[in-house]
Amino acid sequence: MIAIDSVTKSYGDATVVDAVSLTLPDSGVTSIIGPNGAGKSTLLSIVSRILGADAGVVSVEGLDVFSAPSREVAKRLSILRQDQHLTARITVRELVEFGRFPHSHGRLTPECREAVASAIEYCDLAELADRPIHQLSGGQRQRAFVAMVLAQDTRYVLLDEPLNNLDMVHATGLMRLLRSLADDHGKSIVLVLHDINYASVYSDRIIAMRGGAVVQDGPPTEVITEAALEDVYGMEFRVHEVDGERIAAYYR
Amino acid sequence: MPRPERTSSSPAETSPRETVATVPVGPERAHRPSAPSEHAHPSRRTALLFAGLALALGGAIALFLTWGVDGHWDFALPRRLEQVAALAVVGIAIAVSTVVFQTLTQNRILTPSIMGFDALYVLVATTLVFFLGAATAEAIDPLAMFALNAGLMMGAATALFRWVLGDGTRGLYTMVLVGVIAGTFFSSLTSFMFRVMNPNEFDTLMDQLFASFNAIDTGLLGIAAVLLGAGIVAVYWMAPRLDVLGLGRERAITLGLPYQRTVTTLLLIVAALVSVSTALVGPITFLGLLAANVAYQLTRTHRHVINLTAAALISVLALVLGQALLAHVLHFNGTLSAIINVVGGIYFIVLLLREAHA
Repeated sequence: MIAIDSVTKSYGDATVVDAVSLTLPDSGVTSIIGPNGAGKSTLLSIVSRILGADAGVVSVEGLDVFSAPSREVAKRLSILRQDQHLTARITVRELVEFGRFPHSHGRLTPECREAVASAIEYCDLAELADRPIHQLSGGQRQRAFVAMVLAQDTRYVLLDEPLNNLDMVHATGLMRLLRSLADDHGKSIVLVLHDINYASVYSDRIIAMRGGAVVQDGPPTEVITEAALEDVYGMEFRVHEVDGERIAAYYR
Repeated sequence: MPRPERTSSSPAETSPRETVATVPVGPERAHRPSAPSEHAHPSRRTALLFAGLALALGGAIALFLTWGVDGHWDFALPRRLEQVAALAVVGIAIAVSTVVFQTLTQNRILTPSIMGFDALYVLVATTLVFFLGAATAEAIDPLAMFALNAGLMMGAATALFRWVLGDGTRGLYTMVLVGVIAGTFFSSLTSFMFRVMNPNEFDTLMDQLFASFNAIDTGLLGIAAVLLGAGIVAVYWMAPRLDVLGLGRERAITLGLPYQRTVTTLLLIVAALVSVSTALVGPITFLGLLAANVAYQLTRTHRHVINLTAAALISVLALVLGQALLAHVLHFNGTLSAIINVVGGIYFIVLLLREAHA
């Protein structure tokens, strides 16, 4: 369990995350939605200790992420950020091998190699394994970073807007992959999404944020409703039932 | 270097959903050739590169030792050997500190020299003599003085650059600007102290400070080599962590690297190495830039063990060849630092322009 307790972060007068308390589950897919500037990515950065909080505590399986040994936290929690830029010249396999760093500290054990090979296979990267990252397309690169996170083999996987820059084929492919990680490997996937329909179809739970606070929290049947979405985004929505899924229309 | 973002998918790309939807994870899946032979290729390339560089360096040293000796072997050889040793210590210190610093700052253009590290060393040494007075400063053993300078320098540089680097989100141009201003500021403070200093103190200081390639401070060679050795052991030991740092601050943290502690340790090592090279031959601004970037282009890898070694070999090679040319072709009309700074300065501008276009 990830416990977030009254976490606050401000920049000057602007409070970006305002005393948020949440618990994130041990398994399943949890989506965080909300308008730009709602504090979603900031909250995820704080949970993954990339950004310090002004107040509040975050703990992963009882370990305080800011004071516990970084390596112990890294064995439990990983994050995939939006940024795909790399200065280093590196191949797909080498990138995925970095995912083993918390476990191996730079020396790959046979177990590590196995984890790397299966992550590469799982993300369908076998043909690209020896290609440099910078020669790949956006979608391929995204998969390489996902494979690195898989190789890290943490119970909690956080993803910050992983569908950015992906076309619908790759976006759907990635969402299926994440879903299967939760179902087959019992991982807890927490992701920030802008496409509320992906959130609706793939999530077990949806957390909606607005103005730095959590305003909705529940299964898709509760959050993907016209009233709830209008409350979160301040615009009109029509929610339709399509093939048993709740799909929101918001284009007019 | 930033690469163009492409969202289009190439024909080679297959949708990941096939894997997930239909194919079980595991070895039973028909294996595509993952080309282990290609994997062997980079290491052979590295071995060839090292062999080539070592050969070139050996040749350069032989040339340097034997060129124009004219039979005065017992006079020339020990002097020249000492010079080679000093050039090696300086070259390695500069190359290693530059590669480490560039990984810390996530760029391939800034070096400790460009950021004013050696100007800071000169300032520390000057301040010490200024406040201790000539009599006290002269009474202190030169080795102890060096240790004192290096210690103060490590403290000051680490505190300062910890603060300058901040959370690692400052842009390259901000850093260049801060570096240029810091360097100029340190030099101005130093020359201000020169002016108000009494002549005796100034003399003492000149003795200590103004080493150059033509007047290498060989008295410090022993302790410099020891400090360099310690620094190198530490850096190579930390090489896997440097590799992770090369992925950027956020990924390094995600992968469980204690970021603040690692950066502070590495800054301390960089400061120690800069002290070594500056004490022996004075500031040389662009050697590190040259050696590190030529190394990256030759090695084409992210691995620090390889990049550090290649950069060190190239750096020493440049110094030895440069010194041989200076002595026998230019007949000491000029200085090695000047030659390196002309070549390296041009290279710096080229890199800066290329970065601006990318």
